[in-house]
Amino acid sequence: MNYKELGLKAGIEIHQQLDTAEKLFCRCPTLLRDTSERTGEFYRYLRATESELGEIDRAAREEMKLVRKFCYYTYDTVCLVEHDEEPPAPMNPEALEVCLTIAKMLGMTPVEQVQTMRKLVIDGSNTSGFQRTALVALSGALPDGCRIETICLEEEAAQRVEGDTFSLDRLGIPLVEITTAPCMHTPKAVQRIAEYIGMVLRSTGRVKRGLGTIRQDINVSIAGGARVEIKGVQELNLIAEVVSREVERQTNLLAVRDALRERGARVDHTVVDVTELFAGTASSILKKAKSILAIRLCGFAGLVGREIQPGRRLGSEMSDYAKKCGVGGIFHTDELPAYGVTAEEVARLREVVGAAEEDCVVIVAAGRERAGCAIEQVMIRAEMALSGVPEETRKMLEEGSTAYMRPLPGAARMYPETDVFPVEIDLDRWESIAVPELLTDRAERFVRAFGLDEALAHQMAFSERLPTFEAAVAAGVRPTTAARTLLATCRELARDGVAVDRVSKEEILTLLSAVEAGRAAKEAIPDLITELARTAGGGGGTPRERVDAAIARMAPAVSRADVEAIVHRIVAEREAFAREKGMGALGPLMGVVMQELRGSVDGKVVSEVLRRELKELLA
Amino acid sequence: MRYASGGTALTGTYITERDGMAVVKLDNGYNIGTSPEKIELIERAAPQPPAGAGVVVQNPDLPELAIISTGGTIASRVDYRTGAVTSQFSASDILRAIPELGDIARYRDRQVASILSENMRPALWQELARAVYDEIRHGVSGVIVTHGTDTMAYSAAAVRFMLKTPVPVVFVGSQRSADRPSSDNAMNALCSAAVAAGDLGEVAVVMHATTNDDRCAIHRATRVRKMHTSRRDAFRSMGMAPLGYVDYPSLSVALSDEAVRRGTGEPELHDALEERCALLNFYPGMPAAVLDAFEGYAGLVISGTGLGHVATEWIPPLRDMIEDGTTVVMTSQCLHGRVCDRVYNTGRDLLAAGVIEGEDMLPEAALVKLMWVLGHEKDPERAGELMQTDLAGEIRRRSTNEL
Repeated sequence: MNYKELGLKAGIEIHQQLDTAEKLFCRCPTLLRDTSERTGEFYRYLRATESELGEIDRAAREEMKLVRKFCYYTYDTVCLVEHDEEPPAPMNPEALEVCLTIAKMLGMTPVEQVQTMRKLVIDGSNTSGFQRTALVALSGALPDGCRIETICLEEEAAQRVEGDTFSLDRLGIPLVEITTAPCMHTPKAVQRIAEYIGMVLRSTGRVKRGLGTIRQDINVSIAGGARVEIKGVQELNLIAEVVSREVERQTNLLAVRDALRERGARVDHTVVDVTELFAGTASSILKKAKSILAIRLCGFAGLVGREIQPGRRLGSEMSDYAKKCGVGGIFHTDELPAYGVTAEEVARLREVVGAAEEDCVVIVAAGRERAGCAIEQVMIRAEMALSGVPEETRKMLEEGSTAYMRPLPGAARMYPETDVFPVEIDLDRWESIAVPELLTDRAERFVRAFGLDEALAHQMAFSERLPTFEAAVAAGVRPTTAARTLLATCRELARDGVAVDRVSKEEILTLLSAVEAGRAAKEAIPDLITELARTAGGGGGTPRERVDAAIARMAPAVSRADVEAIVHRIVAEREAFAREKGMGALGPLMGVVMQELRGSVDGKVVSEVLRRELKELLA
Repeated sequence: MRYASGGTALTGTYITERDGMAVVKLDNGYNIGTSPEKIELIERAAPQPPAGAGVVVQNPDLPELAIISTGGTIASRVDYRTGAVTSQFSASDILRAIPELGDIARYRDRQVASILSENMRPALWQELARAVYDEIRHGVSGVIVTHGTDTMAYSAAAVRFMLKTPVPVVFVGSQRSADRPSSDNAMNALCSAAVAAGDLGEVAVVMHATTNDDRCAIHRATRVRKMHTSRRDAFRSMGMAPLGYVDYPSLSVALSDEAVRRGTGEPELHDALEERCALLNFYPGMPAAVLDAFEGYAGLVISGTGLGHVATEWIPPLRDMIEDGTTVVMTSQCLHGRVCDRVYNTGRDLLAAGVIEGEDMLPEAALVKLMWVLGHEKDPERAGELMQTDLAGEIRRRSTNEL
């Protein structure tokens, strides 16, 4: 696809959780919990509040189509603020500092006074019905001439457990939202910018890591299309795919529009009750429905079933809209007969609604009220098809296609959070923010200063174990030993089923220092970590005591004299072999000795003793 | 206006100036504070037309309720342009905010005050009682009083002492602001309307019973207390079970046997209050000289320790006060349980000095009652007897075991 010709414009919003001690507006820890640990549940209804202009925000109104009861799981790490039973605490200064650090790294200008806002969100993910958010800084620079518009500090929403049930552990964790200008013009560029921003965020060392801790929303439009916001793209390497699929969707929707216009297509607003018609149907869905309603889309035949994105048709879009009324989906004549509906029934259906060959008939089967609501929604979406691409918020499906979520929220959904005082960002505060080294710069420094090879340096800089590495190097551990242990060794052990995560940073640090001091051999590191993982959680004392115990068990100290005695014995036992191979026996014998010593002695020492012993024998 | 900072220029709406900072709403919806010199006027915003014009048509077949407002929380709205929360009050405003109310009754509206409830005064309690009485005389089926929650229990108790009513008089408020989608205002309002249109025949407070949106509790006006600063279920009946519950969203009302039923008696208003009454919370070490401030008062309620005590050194000055004509009533800061000044020496000395045991009355209810009693009875001895007589459900003859 020629993206330039299509006029692709894309921007991203990156949401990153911060790794602070407490939440943004209360003093709870930023801890995710397993739902089985919940200590209680409660439920609430949310209702959209009318604005002064007599206007309910259109996204909020859409959510109101379903009267929903929301259930919340609560924990001993959750307080009344998350329950919406207590006013918020002042804005967490630690979170603001991290946000300002990121803003500074991106060359942004802070606002003089940060004001917290309430953004209406009534999908249940916020107990209050709004999300607290504050604009902290404006206008930053990105590579490729791209620009950042804003950075906001906001509270994370509650996690959906299923349906209308939410878990409150995540609610209130601080989050930065970085919004770029619509300055990207190819799918690849979007991915590159997302990667770059992600790198900057991780460079602070103060953001959460792991799945779900960073989410990208992507805004895409093409010339003649419309701005569509795709929510919650979690995998970085899917970004380019999502963008190109959205371009494809908008291109196809425009083609559908042109075809419809050419045919003089229109939506017939007469809703026909066809419940009787399917009285004896074999379709299980239709059979149990209280009410089946049909409408005629004049001139739509063939286009409702046309694919606009892999696995998605115009019919799927109509179905998404209908689902807002609580129905399971829709049937349309572009895909019938099927699902137990016979050709004869289709013919009768067409006849009853007066559909010509070039018309498509859509039916909805549900309770009376829901069916009425759903058929209304289908008409709305069909009308939109006549004018092209609707502005929407969409969610990503597994492979990178998307489904409709709700209309784009209007500007009507923000108002001040009067319970939180504004926070001044004066010059002193801004200047006192230290800018951390970018991870890319850090990787280069590791090559330059520590002699790590480029791949290892890059891997180390971007690893979650970076703080352990830096502490180890600062404690005098050889950088290569530290990096290999933290990356290769730990990964291999984890792959073999060792619970490496249970070994604390302090224990690894103590272990590396012990090796550096010659108290254990490098070769013993895997065994020692395995032992530490095995005995973790048993309350076995300080890191120093635990590491000493592991060394005593797995790699007991062996004196020089003992090493010499063992080498002497092994060489003596294999005298014939040694005489035959000469100094060539050094390698094979080395393995035998090391195995016996189980890594208690540094390989260099063993090699030296063995070499002398062989020389003596052969002399 | 135009806002320029850090090499970018944005447009937005100037809202106000606060502490030397200009508050600006940017076009993306966010407010920021900035030095006034960074913004520049482009054009003046057209004045907003007053919102919420138009009258909501009410169903004439439904019973009529009066909504009396003392400070509107029930129908406040947000101006999303400026963020200001304004309180609306007409019946139409309320019905626009909570349309389901229209299925329960039709409404007359009346405003007595528009204040935060901490600014309530006995004179306003009297005005409120008169307004409620007028509405009942007008023939409404029930009265809803919207009130700030902080002192709602005082006002409800005051109206209960001043007014005899054959119809429900329901006080209702909201703990979480009405501008939030999760506000308890709509459910509380709907439940209060259900009670006001129902079988109750006394003054009550109707508020959330739990943190869930599942039911409201109906509390007797003289036995209710706000027991939490912020939770929805802050209001609790003290020393008795609630008079009943309203299920939500079904709005079915269940009353206990103890609840007074609709149609009991005729409306009567006795609205005299003696305002020279005070409530004193005793603490260890509190100097007896504090009592000097109440010299010449007609009545004093003490919220004493435990069974109803103050320090021994308080006894002589209390005796003097009582001799000078002040009625002194003892209640307990324990809130749960009954005063008994016959167990320890201090208590016996207090009784000897003329202090009246306030039985199991809540300190606030005792204060309001004392104002009412002294407003109607000048003889100290008879006033003292009335203070120990249950007049409005404020005293329980028996302390139930709650098992």
